[in-house]
Amino acid sequence: MNDAPYIIEIEDLQTRFGQHIVHQNLDLRVRQGEILTLVGGSGSGKTTLLRQMLGLETPAGGVVKIFGSSRYNCNPALNKSIRSRTGVLFQQGALFSALTVYDNVALPLRELRILDEQTIHDLVMVKLNMVAIEPEHANKMPANLSGGMIKRVSLARALALDPELLFLDEPTAGLDPELSESFVQLILDMRRELNLTIVMVTHDIDTLAALSDRIAVLADRKVVAAGTLEEIHHYPHPFIKNFFKTMHNKHQLIGNRE
Amino acid sequence: MNKHKSVSDWYQLVDDGTVQRLILTGNLTLAALDSNFRQLSGELSRHARNARILWDLSDIQRMDTAGIVLLWKVWGKKRPDTLILRPEHEKMLKRIESLPETAPRLKKRNPLWAIHAIGAPFLLFWANLSGMIMMVGQLALDSLFFLRHPALIPWREISANLYRTGTQALGITALVGFLIGVVLSYLSSEQLQMFGADIFIVNILGISIIRELGPLLAAILVAGRSGSSMTAQLGVMRVTQELDALTVMGIPHSQRLIFPKIIGLGLAMPLLVLWTSAIALIGGMVAAEIQLGLSYHYFVHTLPESVPIGNLWLGLGKGVVCGMAIALIACHFGLRIKPNTESLGEGTTTSVVTAITIVIIIDAIFAIVFSDVGIVR
Ligand SMILES: Nc1ncnc2c1ncn2[C@@H]1O[C@H](COP(=O)(O)OP(=O)(O)OP(=O)(O)O)[C@@H](O)[C@H]1O
Ligand SMILES: [Mg+2]
Repeated sequence: MNDAPYIIEIEDLQTRFGQHIVHQNLDLRVRQGEILTLVGGSGSGKTTLLRQMLGLETPAGGVVKIFGSSRYNCNPALNKSIRSRTGVLFQQGALFSALTVYDNVALPLRELRILDEQTIHDLVMVKLNMVAIEPEHANKMPANLSGGMIKRVSLARALALDPELLFLDEPTAGLDPELSESFVQLILDMRRELNLTIVMVTHDIDTLAALSDRIAVLADRKVVAAGTLEEIHHYPHPFIKNFFKTMHNKHQLIGNRE
Repeated sequence: MNKHKSVSDWYQLVDDGTVQRLILTGNLTLAALDSNFRQLSGELSRHARNARILWDLSDIQRMDTAGIVLLWKVWGKKRPDTLILRPEHEKMLKRIESLPETAPRLKKRNPLWAIHAIGAPFLLFWANLSGMIMMVGQLALDSLFFLRHPALIPWREISANLYRTGTQALGITALVGFLIGVVLSYLSSEQLQMFGADIFIVNILGISIIRELGPLLAAILVAGRSGSSMTAQLGVMRVTQELDALTVMGIPHSQRLIFPKIIGLGLAMPLLVLWTSAIALIGGMVAAEIQLGLSYHYFVHTLPESVPIGNLWLGLGKGVVCGMAIALIACHFGLRIKPNTESLGEGTTTSVVTAITIVIIIDAIFAIVFSDVGIVR
């Protein structure tokens, strides 16, 4: 597994918004088939990094390569095939507010133009079931959903095409522990079946521990450490210390109660 | 990349005398199947009619949800009698089996649809009308409230609206007004020259621009410009829940958002009318000088004599009424927008169309009611 090719390579990335420098000399690589988790404080530039991997934003310097070619001037055919193999869950959901839940999930499937309406219906229902959305919510508008439901419907939409490359921005934020658990199970199942590569941002330590093959820690405008949970656990950096201290506290809290 | 593949790459039919095995192979994924999806589905359905066939899924390399949905449809939404599959595929199949039966949504037609179709526009019209009347009432109440609590009058918002709807509209109204003035003057002076009645150009331009064209032009431009932006602003505030945030802070929408808009535009509009009329007259004056050789001095001096001052008051009055009406309509439709992008676009269009229509109706009403004001007989 460790010799799988790199899907995403980021070298010497610089990002600046006006005077505010977000990334400086940032390097990161993602191998095919791994689940990489990005952690970092709020405002440390995780979402921005994801947007650059998706080609939605162009950095001030450095390169972002995907499948071996640069993200910013790869040929249109490759770009299209990358996009149809990519699923994205945005932090705020980004559901189409004018479409129902059903149509939101059906949209990428319809866009393929190879499926008939009955198949699309079955697929949408399976995807909604995967994220534990009952069929009676299928005709609701996004404005009438709860916060956690918005997250789950966006996840269903991101999974609609069974993509090989998934970008998830805080997939379990706003979900109750049971739903987070079933999200972890869902990803593990999908992963066994498909050769999934996932880049995920999360603050949820349980999800992080259950899913990540590698963890990249974003602090001081760059990736200060990347490796397995065991490897970075004891890395001497104040952010990492604090991050895992909360984990110990949590377990202690539960220990004390019992 | 699988374009050259034929459908038979995904399955083999093996007949060893006693049983017929249908062995599925390869990647049964959406990406791999691509445009072969329908054809494969069709061919497998043909084999599925044979109930004694043994389905062997154990040779499949990868299968995604689209793959299992395809098979489920081929099997007629039930598990075939004889089926070999791996545990992970079993899990996927279980998920589909557990789904409650729902058919694709068919739009059910209400038996009373004809009555509905006729009645709905009337109800909508009534809802809009009563909504606007309520808003006028609310405006009156707010005005009384502010009269008693002058310290709370939202001066800042009023002045911001005055700037946005008035100052920033000076350029476009001047351009349009000037051009219309030139065109009107040019066309009229050609006709007047034929009768040797050159000097009446002052009367024609004066009356038509000050009384009619200035106010109407300004109002239509403002309805398109400021009306749409007010509606869109309120609509986006609904979409992003800013309206809710204001409510929970105890800041009433009517006092902080609507009152300043209506008052602001009510103040800005007459000023814009004055400005547009003045620029249009200048345009007409320039064209008259070129076309008829009428001096600027003569034009300016004859204007007050040939156009009674009543016309100016009428124009300004129209400006106040139209400005308040435009803001009222914009706010009404803005607050009716539902939190989705489609409703936002629809609301903005309706607001502008309604505002322009109402402006023209107001103009007609003024023309009838004040038919004996400012006309020399
Ligand atoms: N378009 C933009 N213009 C200006 N600044 C921006 C822009 N996008 C992001 N930033 C800034 O970049 C920084 C990183 O933002 P980003 O959204 O990537 O944070 P994050 O790591 O995802 O945080 P969180 O965990 O809170 O979601 C922030 O300080 C943000 O204000
Ligand atoms: Mg973020």
